[in-house]
Amino acid sequence: MRLTQGCFSFLPDLTDDQIYKQVQYCLANGWAVNIEFTDDPHPRSTYWEMWGLPMFDLADAAGVMMELAECRRVYGDRYIRLSGFDASHGWESVRISFIVNRPPQEVEFELLRQEVAGRSVRYTTVRRPPQHVSP
Amino acid sequence: MLDLPHARSADASGNEAPLPASFDLRNEAEAAGITATLQQLDQELIGLKPVKDRVRQIASLLLIERIRQRAGLVSSPPTLHMSFTGNPGTGKTTVALRMAKILHGLGFVRRGQVISVTRDDLVGQYIGHTAPKTKEILKKAMGGVLFIDEAYYLHRPDNERDYGQEAIEILLQVMENQREDLVVILAGYGERMTNFFASNPGFRSRIAHHIEFPDYSEAELLFIGELMLRERGYRLSAAARKAFVDYIALRRTQPLFSNARSIRNAIDRMRLRQADRLVSDLDRMLELSDLETIDSADVLASRVFGGGPVVDGQAAGSAK
Repeated sequence: MRLTQGCFSFLPDLTDDQIYKQVQYCLANGWAVNIEFTDDPHPRSTYWEMWGLPMFDLADAAGVMMELAECRRVYGDRYIRLSGFDASHGWESVRISFIVNRPPQEVEFELLRQEVAGRSVRYTTVRRPPQHVSP
Repeated sequence: MLDLPHARSADASGNEAPLPASFDLRNEAEAAGITATLQQLDQELIGLKPVKDRVRQIASLLLIERIRQRAGLVSSPPTLHMSFTGNPGTGKTTVALRMAKILHGLGFVRRGQVISVTRDDLVGQYIGHTAPKTKEILKKAMGGVLFIDEAYYLHRPDNERDYGQEAIEILLQVMENQREDLVVILAGYGERMTNFFASNPGFRSRIAHHIEFPDYSEAELLFIGELMLRERGYRLSAAARKAFVDYIALRRTQPLFSNARSIRNAIDRMRLRQADRLVSDLDRMLELSDLETIDSADVLASRVFGGGPVVDGQAAGSAK
């Protein structure tokens, strides 16, 4: 199952050139660029581990790409995402976030339905062990 | 083209347009802004012939690389790391700051910012502090120029566990792997830089351009002095000019002479004496010409003419 989260999630994965341009766009807007990684990409798991500190005073995206390469080297078997945080007044939130690395074997989620009083339904997303293990 | 981090494979346009068989060099040079940049460099910097020659060579290489690329020939980005060596006050820092502008103008670096650092900015104070610190600086310098002033302080031969070595290793790695992203310029006084390169051969070989800054001649120093005065809105009277020529000839032979910096300090002291001379007589009416003229008395009052060495508060080690 291909995980889709954040921007560009229905496009094919971005190439490094495309990532570079997105990061340059973030820097040009004065956003702080973060590299985050996790092995638990559950939709409710909002806070991923940070790779180093946010990068906000760079002139060129090559610095971010250098850190990303290093993060991929260490955590290539996890999900890695880039996010751009806009600290300006009135926004103060993440403006862009997209996945830049996936593990070879993606995680699987399952939707559980539970009927409760009054025939209403509760939905729960649970992670399940990988089903389609490629031989 | 400038927005791409690396020289990408030949762009698509090469396939559509038929390859031109000949190129008009003059048009190409003007389109790339090389002519204007070189002229500006010639006008604004006095002397420094080896430096200008090297900049011209680099600019020519860029131009030819561009044309080669369009002609479908193999082209590879040149290595641009430089080391500036020379005596105090020969303009190393000034040229480094200008070099970023030139390289940016010629399209060698993408952003053109200069990050000027010394040992303190790169080397940490405890184990594990150096690598993040150095990387932080490197990331900031990406797309521009990293200027390391007095680079020999990075290496402390007397202490083999010094963290400077760690910073050097990270620098070398990035200088090698990300040549397209960043230009590193090392600067320092000649002899100590030679020692530094001798103990770090990796550095020497990764730097393509070793540029020696020569001492200025007396005529050049006079020209620099007059330029500085003009910038500050002063001029020398005829007698003062003569005295200034003598001053330069004398000052050059004395210890702790640091070229253009000594001239700048001398001019600042001449301004002090001129102001003092004007204020000493409060009863006269000042003309505009009085305000902007440095008289021979202001020059001749210098201790240089007294025969004693001048202590002008500039130790040989300070490069600022």
